[in-house]
Amino acid sequence: MGTLSAILVDAAAFSAWLFLVAVGLTLVFGVLRLLNIAHGAFYSVGAYVGVYAIGASVSIGWGTALQLGAAAVAAIAAGALIGVLAERCVLTRLYGHPEPLVLIATYALFLVLDDLTKMVWGGQSLYATQPRDNLGQISIGGLQYPVYDIALIAVSLMVALAVWYTLNRTRIGHCVTAVVVDSEISAAMGINVGRIKLGTFTVGAALGALAGALTAPKIAVSSGMGVEVIVIAFAVVVVGGLGSISGAVLGAVIIGLARSVTVHLIPEVEVFSVYLVMAGVLAVRPFGLLPPARARRI
Amino acid sequence: MKRIIGRSTLSAAILAGILGSLCSAGPAEAQDKLKIGFVFFLSGPGAAYGSHARDGAKLIVEALNAGKVPAPYNTPGINGVQIDPVFVDEAGGAQKQLSEYRRLVESEQVDMVIGYNSSADCNAIAPVAEESRVLTDFFHCGNPQLFEDIDTRPEYSVRTAPTGTMDQVAAAKYLIEKMPNIKTVSGINQDYSWGQDSWAEFKAAMSQLKPDVQYPNALFTKLGTSDYGAEISTLAGSPSDALFSSFWGGDADAFALQASTRGLAEKSKFVLTMGTGIVDDLGEKTVVGSIFGARGPHGYFVKTTPLADWFKVEYRKTYNRPPPFGAYAAAQGIFGIKAAYEKAAAGVTGKQKTEAVVAALQGLTFETASGFPVTMANDNGHQAIQDTAYGIYSGWDKAKNEAIITDIKVYPAECVNPPNGVRAVDWIKSGFKGARC
Repeated sequence: MGTLSAILVDAAAFSAWLFLVAVGLTLVFGVLRLLNIAHGAFYSVGAYVGVYAIGASVSIGWGTALQLGAAAVAAIAAGALIGVLAERCVLTRLYGHPEPLVLIATYALFLVLDDLTKMVWGGQSLYATQPRDNLGQISIGGLQYPVYDIALIAVSLMVALAVWYTLNRTRIGHCVTAVVVDSEISAAMGINVGRIKLGTFTVGAALGALAGALTAPKIAVSSGMGVEVIVIAFAVVVVGGLGSISGAVLGAVIIGLARSVTVHLIPEVEVFSVYLVMAGVLAVRPFGLLPPARARRI
Repeated sequence: MKRIIGRSTLSAAILAGILGSLCSAGPAEAQDKLKIGFVFFLSGPGAAYGSHARDGAKLIVEALNAGKVPAPYNTPGINGVQIDPVFVDEAGGAQKQLSEYRRLVESEQVDMVIGYNSSADCNAIAPVAEESRVLTDFFHCGNPQLFEDIDTRPEYSVRTAPTGTMDQVAAAKYLIEKMPNIKTVSGINQDYSWGQDSWAEFKAAMSQLKPDVQYPNALFTKLGTSDYGAEISTLAGSPSDALFSSFWGGDADAFALQASTRGLAEKSKFVLTMGTGIVDDLGEKTVVGSIFGARGPHGYFVKTTPLADWFKVEYRKTYNRPPPFGAYAAAQGIFGIKAAYEKAAAGVTGKQKTEAVVAALQGLTFETASGFPVTMANDNGHQAIQDTAYGIYSGWDKAKNEAIITDIKVYPAECVNPPNGVRAVDWIKSGFKGARC
């Protein structure tokens, strides 16, 4: 029973983190049809900005909620700014070009941003554990868990709900859906397609940065950390179905569960469990478990 | 006519002078500097360690060039030649490092390379170093396989740090001294040669010293893992008496932070072979009661010698903190090369042949910044052995802003390193045959 509850809690906490890092990636793919490798760099920038925001908040005596609020706001602002610059300066010139070309451009963007983080913040690890320490521990199934890690599950669910609501229940969401289905017809109907693409990419970048800021209190923040994240985020969105928000939720849950089960029960295969799941899913469903519906063109 | 001859002579003299100066410029330039490639982790999780190594190397290079290092390294530069350092980031994996190494050799035309912390990188670079015939000092990677399996007849590769065998054997001895009734030990290590070898050697050493110990959990994680939640649950769910880890860099820091907040340290005694790095990075957030080592007698374990005291003072003056163990390791690498270089030169200043420097290093004993000398005793004189030490982190002295370390025990080099010509694992399994403790 103890092991089962530990598996489930660890899986939930890891899945929540996976969803946070993957949601921006899948959103951007869904609308712009581009695999944005630079997403890992947005995550890194968010983590660094989060560390500094938390440090500044602590030094002026703010409480835990304000520390986290400052980290989130600063990271979202930084992510959005970089997102706007990246979309306007690089990606907007590449829309309509072959996908491999755009993929390489986002990879180049990733390398540039990664080196910039090194230049700005140096190579040494930074820490901002105060909010996580302040929130204390909770006992579940006889094991201590940081309240912060459990709270991230709720934050992740809220982000999922907010993205789903925006896409399905708001006018702007309907415009985004229209652009996803057919950008030419959408433009003909009066939707500003360029602005929708810019907005989506900016939100995706801001979500990546937010994920970094919320992860920062748990880890040693260091340059190059985006590489690991982008690989696992791709695994999540591929399993769930590229471009599908509900797929990202399902992909995160499956991969989180796979990792937790293997760590607890068969640790020898933990290192490649994520990729084993991905290979298994793609063998059966090449477009992922919940691929977005596609309009049939006549 | 006389005038013409006079002009011609003058022109010829000027031309000869210019040509002479041009011809001599090349060799003079080459003789001016000894170009050394320094390869340390400068980004990513490894930078928590590598940036300290870079800081230590910079300090030593500048002080050597200025002739300000105390005896026995009080002559300027290396054998009177100024050092020209080129720093390279070790992050990016073995394939990238192979390209970087070739760039250092072919484009930068370095005279030698000092660096590499990752065992995987050392394994990849050593054969290329032999092909390139460039003296390469693997200053701190610890896998015994480097000279046991990968580069079995090293000519240009040397390692001025002991292998990790020393860390594992000393950790096992120390743990059993502190917990003689220990029943169970689990492990969490990185999933590459360093982590795998460390756990295998530690288990083998423990099995020799106390055969009835059980090992319920052996976890291996990817380098750069950020979330250890599931691993900590596994280790806390069925806690062992002790938890062994050879984690280093940002991984070590992240694991220590996450494990301590979840109370794992209260259930299992932490044994951290690279734990001094956690103390260096996390300070008072380090888990109180942890048994820790420093890949040698570095950091909090150093002796008092004029050289060791100078290094401590200069490092604090330059970087406003006590020197971390990465800085000691880098200093050791440079001092080893300087000692060998000057022995090879035998009083003749200037650059020496690489082969002569390597020959001089074989079997050499040289002084270090930690105060504990190193002897190039193993693998035909290409592999160092050194005393090592373990201790317990007992809290933070806020007044001095440094760690309180208790129960320090030093193990002689011949007690915890295999004898020359014996494979590390075979030596451990033989019951440490030939060890002099």
